[in-house]
Amino acid sequence: MTEKFRTTQGTRVDRSNVINFTFNGKSYTGAKGDTLASALVANGVHLVGRSFKTHRPRGILTAGSEEPNAIIQLETGPRSEPNVRATQVELYEGLTAKSVNCWPSVNFDLAAVNSVASRIFVAGFYYKTFMDPKSMWMTVYEPIIRRMAGLGVLPREKDPDTYDHMNEFCEVMVVGAGPAGLSAALEAGRSGARVVLCDEQPEFGGSLLNTKQIIDGKPAQEWVDAAVAELEAMDNVRLLKRANAFGYYDHNYITVHERRTDHFGPGAKSGLSKHRIWHFRSKQVVLATGSHERPLVFADNDRPGIMLANAGQTYANRYGALPGRRGVIFTNNDSAYSVAIDLVDAGMDIPTIIDLREIADGDLPNAARQKGIEVLTGSGIVATLGRKRVTGVEVATVSSDGSRITGNKRKIDCDTILTSGGWNPAVHLFSQSIGKLRYDEEKICFVPNISAQNERTVGACKGAFDLQSALDEGAAAGAAAAKDTGFGKGKAKASPKALVIEEKAIKAYWVVPTDHPVGQGKRKHYVDYQHDVTAADIMLAAREGMHSVEHMKRYTTTGMATDQGKLSNVNGLAILSSQLEKDIPKVGTTTFRPPYTPVNFGALAGRGINGDLADPVRRTSMYGWHLENGAAFEPVGQWQRAWYYPKAGEDMDAAVTRETAALRDGVGILDASTLGKIDIQGKDAAKFLNLVYTNAWLKLPVGSCRYGFMLKEDGMVFDDGVTSRLGENHFHMTTTTGGAAGVLDWLEEYLQTEWPDLEVYCTSVTEEWSTLSIGGPKARQLLEELAPEMDFSNEAFPFMTWREGEVAGVPARVFRISFTGDLSYEINVRNWHGLHLWKKCMELGEKYDITPYGTETMHVLRAEKGFVIIGQETDGTQTPQDLGMDWIVAKKKGDFIGRRSFTRADTAREDRKQLVGLVTENPKEVLEEGAQLTYERVNPTPAPMVGHVTSSYWSPNLEHSIAMALVKDGHNRMGQWIYAHDRGKVTKVKIVSPVFYDPKGERRDG
Amino acid sequence: MLYIKCPWCGERDETEYHYGGEAHIVRPENPDELTDAEWAEYVFMRTNTKGVHRERWVHSDGCRRWFNVARNTVTNEIVSVYKTGEKPDLPEAATTKPAQVKKAPAKKAVAKKAPAKKKEGA
Repeated sequence: MTEKFRTTQGTRVDRSNVINFTFNGKSYTGAKGDTLASALVANGVHLVGRSFKTHRPRGILTAGSEEPNAIIQLETGPRSEPNVRATQVELYEGLTAKSVNCWPSVNFDLAAVNSVASRIFVAGFYYKTFMDPKSMWMTVYEPIIRRMAGLGVLPREKDPDTYDHMNEFCEVMVVGAGPAGLSAALEAGRSGARVVLCDEQPEFGGSLLNTKQIIDGKPAQEWVDAAVAELEAMDNVRLLKRANAFGYYDHNYITVHERRTDHFGPGAKSGLSKHRIWHFRSKQVVLATGSHERPLVFADNDRPGIMLANAGQTYANRYGALPGRRGVIFTNNDSAYSVAIDLVDAGMDIPTIIDLREIADGDLPNAARQKGIEVLTGSGIVATLGRKRVTGVEVATVSSDGSRITGNKRKIDCDTILTSGGWNPAVHLFSQSIGKLRYDEEKICFVPNISAQNERTVGACKGAFDLQSALDEGAAAGAAAAKDTGFGKGKAKASPKALVIEEKAIKAYWVVPTDHPVGQGKRKHYVDYQHDVTAADIMLAAREGMHSVEHMKRYTTTGMATDQGKLSNVNGLAILSSQLEKDIPKVGTTTFRPPYTPVNFGALAGRGINGDLADPVRRTSMYGWHLENGAAFEPVGQWQRAWYYPKAGEDMDAAVTRETAALRDGVGILDASTLGKIDIQGKDAAKFLNLVYTNAWLKLPVGSCRYGFMLKEDGMVFDDGVTSRLGENHFHMTTTTGGAAGVLDWLEEYLQTEWPDLEVYCTSVTEEWSTLSIGGPKARQLLEELAPEMDFSNEAFPFMTWREGEVAGVPARVFRISFTGDLSYEINVRNWHGLHLWKKCMELGEKYDITPYGTETMHVLRAEKGFVIIGQETDGTQTPQDLGMDWIVAKKKGDFIGRRSFTRADTAREDRKQLVGLVTENPKEVLEEGAQLTYERVNPTPAPMVGHVTSSYWSPNLEHSIAMALVKDGHNRMGQWIYAHDRGKVTKVKIVSPVFYDPKGERRDG
Repeated sequence: MLYIKCPWCGERDETEYHYGGEAHIVRPENPDELTDAEWAEYVFMRTNTKGVHRERWVHSDGCRRWFNVARNTVTNEIVSVYKTGEKPDLPEAATTKPAQVKKAPAKKAVAKKAPAKKKEGA
């Protein structure tokens, strides 16, 4: 019998079903129904971790998802999980876990020297210490901080499990299946509405699982069982257990993390996905998320064996695990008295209850006295003893303002302290929904005040802490929510009657005094256990000017650990407000953000965890050929484009050198299918193009093509492409690969909102057509063989025209346009003919040594010609004039989008950043793209930056490096030498024309 | 993530849409006749509304129609959705009092077509 603290009383564990597990290398047993935490408690194990900063021994503090201390690494190998709360892990056979944040072991932690040096770990420590020299940030400071801190280790191996995402709609979503949530779901379910009820626990019942309450004269569990049975019988109700609602977003969008197989153990063959993320869109929401008990802040309140009162009650009542042999209770309210009574009934020795209130004369305190428990009022715990386990407390009367000890200290031996500082409604989801909170002076907590969405908050989450209110409010909200969605009459059945014992008022008491002023001796008052923030830290932050709660929070990191301050936020805020001598509501509260509890990356990734389903992938019809022929690919938006085609032994540079030479000397072929294509028709099509492009379109003949720039109204270039006139009222527009969708939205914007009188229809045809670009001096010969019926002579088929015909036996549109500067044809065929045509080109082109080339070679070829790529040479702040392309702007055609902005003072400036070419002093040196430019080599610091390199390549055809850049006043500085800076390296470069190759354009016609 | 009711397709997730900025700003018919300041007013200046804001959206991954949405920028509550060319009066925000709308400085009329603006949120 190892479970020395196991009683016969726990209601939710099956002692006959023994489960073996290992914690920190030691073997233990537990019972079916245990959590890892309750099994540890049953074995008397309280020391479960070390604190984050000072590595003080820490014990199990809570019994729920708010746990800050019992953070463990679960299992080893590829299924290992860091940052898991032991209070939420259901015990399974063979479970293995260990503490995090300690080395070499939780019992002997070397970094505990930090705790000796803890005087230097004050608020703002990181900001104050790890400042200079800057060079040490990444090399020294960060690695040290990372090794010391951290909440476990991520597995290096690939995650072997499967995760799912589910999208669903419902009328009423109920979060939390305690008495309020169950009541709400019952009423909403009875109306016939689609209802979802989710709860983070493995079974429904919420607080009723942990306490001994009476409903309709019977144990509350009987009511829970009946409610769950009724809900299970309803087809319109979906019940999710082990499911944390972790995010409440706009328009009742709620995300839920459901752990489906964790309780079977890792890798168990269940046929289920491991976790699911549910995305619910519900018309009405009922939040019944309950409340968290608040710790009291007293001297050395972090020793193992110190536990929240309700956690002790839960371990005893629900799991049959006594938190210790002899415990004292420390409280400022009545609720902890019921804990004392339950623990005495469970067989624990509770000699004393220490109450900060002057008077404790309610029904519960009197009942406790009748059990023989001594009640010390107006008193506090002023010191705790012990190190890896509490061994006793020092108790004294304290002043009611919290400033000092007023009486003699008395020592009480104990191995457990159960504390209650009142209750905080779990308003996290409500706060995420942008609902406004209100501070309740009587209950001393923040409660929901104004809803921002179609939401109702009920029960303890609303500050209604008694059971009858939870049942009544839940039922009323469930019925009303259903009615708002058109189901039921909105009237709830009469709720069952709970046995409610009235509780007397709580007393606000934020910091309990000790022998020395807070922060001036050895004893520490912990506020945030997970980040080791003490009351003294918050007081220091206030003294150093952090008067806003948001500043205090960031400066001290209160509430910024993985528990998001579930236990610490209100205490921290109250201490700050007392320092500032302001009321709590005046100091404000911080905003809670998703996730409510940590969510696994695997679950968030879902089926996309292996990468291939994370985002849609678009492939051209020739993709398979590229793959078979060894192409390297690069993603361009969602498209997978062939990047280069390395032959055996070639790296990218070698492949690109070979490919560029092939195009300049023979014939090359490029898959250009990804270019955006928009079919534009209608009687006003030409008029419309005249408004959206900078150049003139009305007189473009049918059969011709034109290159155009589109501007935004600010005069800045945002897309480019070639558009061809297919018929009088019919155009084929091309856009950049990445800009296609945006251009279509933008065209529609003007058509639908500014010029609805124009009759123009735009249709995306990007995927209807495969585009093959065939270029090089031998391109014409190949085309003549591919399409013997067509005339490819310069006279019959000049540059910037297009012809329709049969190519390789299939109907095609052939465009004579060039992005390389060489003779070039772009052949568009129906998508399903693309691969056929490509293969035919390769077959007939073999005698010309036809060479497939990818995007990298395309970039080099166009840069040799000084052709811009929108988004590379531009960033939305370049006019056509900045790019040296005044010729593309029509002077006489009248208005077009962006034109008026050309005469704005800033746009008309002549010293704007302008596109130029750069060559390096050493022709072999290739500049880094993004390198900053200065006019002078030696500059004052900070040096005035006059531009940056936008494109830079080695040009195999020119045998020197080439670059394009935006340079302030660049057009007036041709021939000048300036300097490029790359992480300390300075390169002398000359400003030249960006057209490096064939400046007269003699190669265009072949 | 917002849940927006396209006037043509019904309720869809925000991911199907793109945002198009403040609504009811009409492109001037004769930009050449405007001063630089007037043109800048059209191109750059927008209200920064705290409260109900009329704005344009396009159902990019659906019917591709542009339409108008009146949205409370404090709560993201959508008060009204209506087609291009319409400008209905707005109902009171349903779940919260409309936040105070800070009036932008009165603008010059930038174009003949520009309707009287800044009545939103009133």
